[in-house]
Amino acid sequence: MDRFLPLVVAVPLLGAALLVGAGRRMPRIVAESVGCLCAACTAGLALVLLARGTAVSWVGGWEPYHGHSVGIVLVGDRVGLGLAALTSLLVTAVLVYSWHYFDEPPRGHAGAYPALVLLFQAGMCGFAVTGDLFDAFVFFELMGVVGYALTGYRVEEARPVQGALAFGFVNSLGGYASLLGVGLLYARTGELGMAQVGRQLDAAPRRDALVVAAFVLVLTGFLVKAAAVPFHFWLPDAHAVAPTPVCMLLSGVMVELGVYGAARVHFTVFAGPGGVPAEDVRRLFLVLGVATALVGAAMCWQQRHVKRLLAFSTVSHTGLFLVGLAAGTAESVSGVCLYVLGHAGAKAALFASTGVLLDRHGSVDECELHGRGRDMRGVGVLFAVGAFALAGLPPFGTALGKALAEEHSPWLPVVFVLVSAVTGGAVLRVTAHVFLGAGQAPRTTQPETRGDEEPETEEPAWRLPRPMIAVAGLLLAGALAVGAVPALAEEVGAAARAFTDHAGYAAVVLDGRRGAAPPGPAAWWTPTGAGLGLLSAALATGLAALAVRRALPTGRWSAPLRRLHSGHVGDYVVWTAAGIGLLSALVLWPVG
Amino acid sequence: MSVFPYAVAGWIFLVGVYGLATSRNLVHAVGCLSVAQSATYVLLLAVGYRRGGTAPVFSDTPTTASVVDPVVQALALTDVVVGATVTALLLALVVQTAKRHGTTDPDELHELKG
Amino acid sequence: MSRRVRMGVLAAGLLATAALFVTAFLDMPHFGGAWHPYGDRAVQASVNRRTANTVSAVNFDQRGFDTLGEESILFASVLGTVVLLRQARDERTRAPRPGPVPAALRRYGLVALPATLLIGLYVIAHGQLSPGGGFQGGVVVATALHLLYIAVDYPALERIRPLGLYEVGDAVGEAAYVVLGVAGLLAGSAYLANVLPFGTFNTLSSGGTVPLLNAAVGLEVASAVVVLLARFLVQALEIEGGDGGKEQAA
Repeated sequence: MDRFLPLVVAVPLLGAALLVGAGRRMPRIVAESVGCLCAACTAGLALVLLARGTAVSWVGGWEPYHGHSVGIVLVGDRVGLGLAALTSLLVTAVLVYSWHYFDEPPRGHAGAYPALVLLFQAGMCGFAVTGDLFDAFVFFELMGVVGYALTGYRVEEARPVQGALAFGFVNSLGGYASLLGVGLLYARTGELGMAQVGRQLDAAPRRDALVVAAFVLVLTGFLVKAAAVPFHFWLPDAHAVAPTPVCMLLSGVMVELGVYGAARVHFTVFAGPGGVPAEDVRRLFLVLGVATALVGAAMCWQQRHVKRLLAFSTVSHTGLFLVGLAAGTAESVSGVCLYVLGHAGAKAALFASTGVLLDRHGSVDECELHGRGRDMRGVGVLFAVGAFALAGLPPFGTALGKALAEEHSPWLPVVFVLVSAVTGGAVLRVTAHVFLGAGQAPRTTQPETRGDEEPETEEPAWRLPRPMIAVAGLLLAGALAVGAVPALAEEVGAAARAFTDHAGYAAVVLDGRRGAAPPGPAAWWTPTGAGLGLLSAALATGLAALAVRRALPTGRWSAPLRRLHSGHVGDYVVWTAAGIGLLSALVLWPVG
Repeated sequence: MSVFPYAVAGWIFLVGVYGLATSRNLVHAVGCLSVAQSATYVLLLAVGYRRGGTAPVFSDTPTTASVVDPVVQALALTDVVVGATVTALLLALVVQTAKRHGTTDPDELHELKG
Repeated sequence: MSRRVRMGVLAAGLLATAALFVTAFLDMPHFGGAWHPYGDRAVQASVNRRTANTVSAVNFDQRGFDTLGEESILFASVLGTVVLLRQARDERTRAPRPGPVPAALRRYGLVALPATLLIGLYVIAHGQLSPGGGFQGGVVVATALHLLYIAVDYPALERIRPLGLYEVGDAVGEAAYVVLGVAGLLAGSAYLANVLPFGTFNTLSSGGTVPLLNAAVGLEVASAVVVLLARFLVQALEIEGGDGGKEQAA
């Protein structure tokens, strides 16, 4: 079965080629069905492979000889295949959600949109399962290129093209930094496979400036994708303007794949004796993560453009993922995995519900929509449930993940609770304003992005669009299941133990050793974790209630921070360059 | 002088980033991004160089000849294609930016703030 | 950010990056050294499979999966360009006007066109033997067709360029690569395995699947470049209007 692993990339690619080749003669309904079918088949394949455990496939049949190969290896370990499965399921959901979504497909190219989404899927699945550094760069770029095109899809408007450009410049630059890092590693080790590079570094540990520079440069690209501060500026611009179904993919999995890339490279390449010392990596992830979480939460609270608000909440939760990785233990990584699964469901459901609002009212502006959602209670309920999932209300997967990820330090729960409460509270505030018509919508005089968007869909039908609501509901149910099924948490625990095992990964890939994952403590709810989840949900409710009553101080304190988010490509590039410097400083910080 | 070719790669990257950060025209900025990318070609090819090595093509040299590393050349080829396609896509976005915003100066794009 | 703050942060970032580069480069192996383990293995593997151009062997045999991704990036960005440069709802098209072409340029173009086309096809077909291959040759083929635009005029180019056909070519090239990979699976080996006979070293029929993959890529690249340039040409020559009301300079 292992040799079928490359098909998780090949099937969506073939589907995309079919849609483009026959697109001129294909009615829209056929094109959209083909898209759904290919995405669903890939999801099925990924799940079957996942059920069998770890799959290692040497593409082209170039199996290693004495630990060396000239080929590319794809490694579908539980985390990689799990992400491929998550991606494929979400892509299927998105294609169902966007059934006849756009008012008119590009003339003569009925299949263009599903084809782009399938190419996006291929890029993300390829990135998740590759075990080769250069191959990871190739699929990183495939994800990027499709992402830019999908973000700028609505070319009739001014904002999407600007957001897509910012996305394109910053991401491409990050990718090239990563490639420079890969070049440095190739010079030192003469290898490109992650397992091989890791082994070569360990064989003659030198821990010199070259290794540090390679680490910093490779991580730069992945952290740009993950939207970590100060590389995050592109994300709100792109998410605010991309078509809503695309936002579900960008926020739900693509950003998380950036975090995955950073963690994967850290554990497989740099975690050994020849890599970067664990305490330096810990400092890097911790500082960056906390900064990202706080900046994201502060900006999230200030937004009135609902998609931009959700985008900043993604930034802030990504920060928490990084904080969880900082500990580097199997338990905290399994927490991050569960958190990512739960977050994907919750965030995608929130974007999906926002899409319904946009479809019905032609706006995603909290102030303009004030009270206009009263007639769509169902969507309001979805919004509120999604908000509590973000805030970390047990038993959502987000809450279980946070509980496992935060327990390794005494002060970390404070950050987790605060950030969850603020991001969940912001969404609850929107829910109260839009769906209950509570209070009065505040107006600010600061530089900001208003939410008066053109509708993306056809003329709004009188009835609520059923498939859109059903998809949102299913996604939330998925987020709930992640925290409520003990078997899943057990599997994720085993996945995380294998993922954090530096030498074990190389043994699986290069020596074909397929032992069962080392046993470990089963990760499940603790009273403290559940209590902290309840606390942050209660705080979120309180914050939203205070905001609706206008009992909170105005957001003047945040003006300098908001001015930094200037929409200027040059500024974003400047921050990216500064970020490379920041990463180096954090890694090389002299320990007192 | 054995560091010189690597230093050239680093210099090209920095120059590209500088141009990108200070650009007043998006077409120029796309060009700067390509410059920054060129650093990766130079670095890869420099890493793969072998003194006295010839091109790794054996159609008119004996297979025993000393050749430079073919792997980095293949990587550079992939990289070139990636760069060209990203450039094309970004230029398409610039064309639409010029139409929708009436300018290609990043200083005058004011739609996304805060 | 004000220009001053931006320059300050930029200077700090660039200096830090430069310092990182310099310290790393001082630890690099010597330029031109003899230690290239992966390269040596790749050359050996290439010769064993009777592919004279080792770069092609790396691209299409040993690291063929990279090339699949690379080809898909091209495919995706052409599709993206088709979507981004579509005629918007508020735009009209006008018939492009022919422009005067100097007679010398016209003669040069008509001579150069068939020669360029032939060279392009040669480069694609000899990818396993000599520098070149599908990517390089495909671009040359597409360039050849566009000589007609330079030497004659845009309508002449449009006559030999039924875009629908080239879009199909683009997709067929992409699909062919994916399916050739599946053929390896069907033959009982791995995805993208080189399952054909390797042939005779340094002849056209050598390298197993390498020439076939080269042909698939050549077809895709030639078609893709034609479609890509067509979208830009249509924007420049045919489409006018737009809701900003800012007409492009004609």
